[in-house]
Amino acid sequence: MDMNEIKEIFFQECEEQLAELESGLLRLNDGDRDPETVNAVFRAVHSIKGGAGAFGLDDLVSFAHVFETTLDCVRSNRLEPTQDVLKVMLKSADVLADLTNAARDGGGVDETRSRALIGELEALARGETPVASEAPATKPAAPAHQAAAPAPAVETPPVNDEGFQPIPFSFDDFGDEPPIEPYVPTCEIVFRPKKELYAKGNEATLLLRDLSRLGEMSIYCDMDRLPSLAEMNPEEAYFSWKISVTSDKGEDGVRSVFEFAEWDCELDIRTVEEETVGEAPAEDEELPMQPVPFDLSILDEEAPAAAEDEEPAVADGDAAAAVAAAETATRIAQAASNASRAAAETAKADRAAAAAANAAAANNQAAGQTIRVDLDRVDRLINLVGELVINQAMLSQSVVENDNNGTSSINMGLEELQQLTREIQDSVMAIRAQPVKPVFQRMSRIVREIADVTGKSVRLITEGENTEVDKTVIDKLAEPLTHMIRNAVDHGLESPEKREALGKNPEGTVRLTAKHRSGRIVIELADDGAGINREKVRQKAIDNDLIAADANLSDEEIDNLIFHAGFSTADKISDISGRGVGMDVVKRSIQALGGRISISSKPGQGSVFTMSLPLTLAVLDGMVVTVAGQTLVVPLTAIVETLQPEASAIHSFGASQRLISIRNSFCPLVDVGRILNFRAMQANPIEGVALLVESEGGGQRALMVDAIQGQRQVVIKSLEANYTHVPGIAAATILGDGRVALILDVDAVVAASRGQSLKPETSLAATG
Amino acid sequence: MTYAVKNLTQGRELIAFRIGDQEFCVNIMSVREIRGWTPATAMPHAPPYVLGVINLRGAVLPIVDLSLRLGMKPAEPTVRHVIIVAQVGPKVVGLLVDAVSDILTVTDDNIQPTPDIANEAEKAYARGILAIEGRMICLIELDALFPHTESEAA
Repeated sequence: MDMNEIKEIFFQECEEQLAELESGLLRLNDGDRDPETVNAVFRAVHSIKGGAGAFGLDDLVSFAHVFETTLDCVRSNRLEPTQDVLKVMLKSADVLADLTNAARDGGGVDETRSRALIGELEALARGETPVASEAPATKPAAPAHQAAAPAPAVETPPVNDEGFQPIPFSFDDFGDEPPIEPYVPTCEIVFRPKKELYAKGNEATLLLRDLSRLGEMSIYCDMDRLPSLAEMNPEEAYFSWKISVTSDKGEDGVRSVFEFAEWDCELDIRTVEEETVGEAPAEDEELPMQPVPFDLSILDEEAPAAAEDEEPAVADGDAAAAVAAAETATRIAQAASNASRAAAETAKADRAAAAAANAAAANNQAAGQTIRVDLDRVDRLINLVGELVINQAMLSQSVVENDNNGTSSINMGLEELQQLTREIQDSVMAIRAQPVKPVFQRMSRIVREIADVTGKSVRLITEGENTEVDKTVIDKLAEPLTHMIRNAVDHGLESPEKREALGKNPEGTVRLTAKHRSGRIVIELADDGAGINREKVRQKAIDNDLIAADANLSDEEIDNLIFHAGFSTADKISDISGRGVGMDVVKRSIQALGGRISISSKPGQGSVFTMSLPLTLAVLDGMVVTVAGQTLVVPLTAIVETLQPEASAIHSFGASQRLISIRNSFCPLVDVGRILNFRAMQANPIEGVALLVESEGGGQRALMVDAIQGQRQVVIKSLEANYTHVPGIAAATILGDGRVALILDVDAVVAASRGQSLKPETSLAATG
Repeated sequence: MTYAVKNLTQGRELIAFRIGDQEFCVNIMSVREIRGWTPATAMPHAPPYVLGVINLRGAVLPIVDLSLRLGMKPAEPTVRHVIIVAQVGPKVVGLLVDAVSDILTVTDDNIQPTPDIANEAEKAYARGILAIEGRMICLIELDALFPHTESEAA
């Protein structure tokens, strides 16, 4: 495994940590005050910092360090995570993500932004309330690091040497001195490397040298375990050291030296300085601004602190030894018991329950094992299973053709095979199924950014984040969703002043929901803004020759005009949504996924975009039908019912339209063969079968086909891969006889029946 | 191979095929395989020269009547017809031809420029003509015949 691979893994983990960080911060923002949440956030930043340090990503390290310091203040209750504080932190999370991306892909980041945030974070760490960004600049200058909290982590390059400006800052608020009396603790360390330490290329000498740089150090080497030369195993580790370090970096500084070695050695670190041992956690909570001394015995009693500590060598020596050897699960289990014990001590029943539940959840998480699998392998498996399904269908078909009495044991066996195939397929699909959470999380950042740019105040509410859908769908969802969110904030929501004047909450709400509905995933994006300005849309459509000036359009039809190409109603093209791509692009990307998008809008109350997407892009249940000699597959999800029309139920309407009466309601009859140009004349409805379908735009249609062959699960094959998108056709599949059958795009056919023409788009087809 | 020009230095190989009474050739590197004709599934709204799609080991392969595409009369496919499966840009296309006649190894010297009597349509795809033992073979550029459009979705 070379360095790049390791780095790649680091970045993958960073992504997970960043997601964890953001979700934690958002939970805090929603009023969650569970210490475990704060710890999770702290851990995320700390892990990124640790990894980044190992790869020498200094920008990332220095930013993460400041961030971590501030988070530590929250963790130790010195800083109340108010909305304002969290706003800064969420921004910092964004910058951290930017820095991570920059470190991976190269490219720069907005340095002024990260510097400003470092300033804000440090101000927070010093106990200042967040202020407008220009405020600190007007205050007299003072070196930033002087007032930095006596924060632990130290292994990073000193931030103030990394070239960012000292932050102008006033001490007037709380006196002339930093809030903490700096004291210089002495640590007693027993360091007993195991042979694994050396096996992994670590070197005790280097660790000791790093240790010596922390401060004054005395060292004693314990050679008691050294056997005689004859018995000595050259790969065994025999030495251990007793070290005493006096350093202002404290115990955490010492720990950070051993950060990458702690798994492979027995480490016992004690602070010998006399300290406020035995301070009860409850008291600690009552005095949130009181410095928390980094004394081991405190850590021991203050269970949340113990639980939060990501470093395994917590607490006292015994625990450290045990922990260093133990598996992650044990560690978390221990943390869990600690957490619940401590929570019980605080005598807050609700908190106890929450902490215990959380710890238990963390424990479960550790127990649930995962592996990372190359996506290509999964896809290969999925393809193979797809072929299996086709083959199974072929086999069934030939058995049915050659077997007159349908009760033979072959048939029975085939049925079981079919069931098994289906189960295999479902399981394989489940591998690819992922919750939509990551995409939704990204959206919260988009909302924050755009809210900043537009000066609007926006709250994003997400629901159903754990709804699972195929990974491809998730990957391709981000872009259209981003665009829609931008639109919703930029065009949908009014300015705070306007909202206030209208009697609305000045803070706009954008609600993003995901849910499963009848074998599809439905994603809704709702804003409580002004809604579609139909007059404006209509006028614009007329100006752009999309509709005739006297066209008689329903509200729904006007709303849907925004999906037309080159349509943007914003008077001025803004940086945010005026990038030359409109909702038509969104619609096309959704359609490319086999999805549909629709809008409903209420003036003054906002708009709701509804996207309905297939759960998987690989298979679908379909009804195999015959149309003008061609075999077509109609997705079963679209079909409401099938019926054999009677002559008396068919009514002509106007020149060419026909309606069918179903239980006293009239439904337009659509000849699929005619729409797809398979035949020139409309077929006689009485000779065919009508499929009653429901389309996303609402409204039912009766699709006329010649005959129904049966119902089958089909494997979706892309037409676009080698050909081009065909209007009215969603995809292709391969039937039991090995021939290609086309899968009908019901919505497109229904739309075509409304008069929108099905035209081939540019492509292979257009070059004729 | 008897008619093949044996010029192995810097030679490039072409596959020659017959449509009606004319011969054409394409670069062998773009040819994936050659297979017999199987009935295709018709595509709605397709241009006349697209005969439909067939199943090529699980992939959907469009079949183009090359005769019609080159402006000649439409083919009436029989079992004797042949489909040349060719890579055109990112896509794979099946070309229906009457028969595959030859594999040629030629150098650029063997290729004569397209005569200037050719109209725009022929100029678009013809990259030159080869004279091989009294026969005339037209070299076709498939990329020009099927310009692939980039995916337009964002």
